Amino acid sequence: MEFVSSDRMIRPAINATALKILIAGGFGVGKTTLVGSVSEIEPLRTEEQLTERSAGVDDVTGVEQKRTTTVALDFGRITINQELILYLFGTPGQDRFWFMWDELAQGALGAIVLADTRRLASCFAAIDFFEERNVPFVVGVNCFDGTQMYTVDEVRGALDVDPFVPVLLCDVRQRESTKKVLTTLLEHIMSLTGHAQRAAGDG
Amino acid sequence: MTGEDSAWFDEDAGPLARPYTFTRGRTHVARDDLNMITLVVALRRHHGGELDHAHGRILESCQDPISIAEVAAGADLPLGVVKVLLSDLIEQNYVIFRTGLAKHSSAASPDTLQKVLDGIREL
Repeated sequence: MEFVSSDRMIRPAINATALKILIAGGFGVGKTTLVGSVSEIEPLRTEEQLTERSAGVDDVTGVEQKRTTTVALDFGRITINQELILYLFGTPGQDRFWFMWDELAQGALGAIVLADTRRLASCFAAIDFFEERNVPFVVGVNCFDGTQMYTVDEVRGALDVDPFVPVLLCDVRQRESTKKVLTTLLEHIMSLTGHAQRAAGDG
Repeated sequence: MTGEDSAWFDEDAGPLARPYTFTRGRTHVARDDLNMITLVVALRRHHGGELDHAHGRILESCQDPISIAEVAAGADLPLGVVKVLLSDLIEQNYVIFRTGLAKHSSAASPDTLQKVLDGIREL
């Protein structure tokens, strides 16, 4: 795979601002492919150990049962300039545990929910997660092998997302297509920010 | 943080070494102002002896500004463990950090968003 950089390697300043965008969606939908198509580094993998509190509490001991699980993230980097670095984090696809990972959503600029029309249900949980946490997101319908089984409107209806949430077709193996999804997200965030500011100004 | 009592530790053992091996049985805790995109940079190099293997390795990996996620990926350690090690290094003035955005995305100014948008278009 070809990566964007090498000729773009910029040493970030220590006072640089780091930003992150999350890429979510079901297992095998192409999250890491999306990251790799625009990252200036080969996607890296990092992991975190999360402790899950079980719902049940032992009445006798009062001790909650806890389970530790490890979740892995693939991520890439786009150095915008010396002062601005954007990280793209692919959420773990296979398990539900990342939904407990508060830090993942904290400070996220926004998110891309990648959908596979053959398994639309696999992105419901991610959509709920971002809606609950007020993380702006767009839905990218990843078209595998050029197959386009449904229209954007059909997908929007099936996913039941708010009408202002952008839904677009993409092929995340293509850098230009991934860029389009990212710029759509940025424009969406900017329009939400603009609305919020105008609303605040009116009030 | 002397190098002696971690010397038995064999890097090749990989996952056999539990994370608390690195953090000395959790006597150290991570600062709560570190997150996965916090940028860290070393103030000095590691001149052997003063730091144990794990801390020394982390210090070497942040000679240029780098995010904690990248440090963790490079060290092949969980983020939580790396935050503890970095907290120790920050405490002892080996490393300084600059935290990313605050808790909410609204902290990104329209100007910053525009720069990110332009940057992506130029890729």
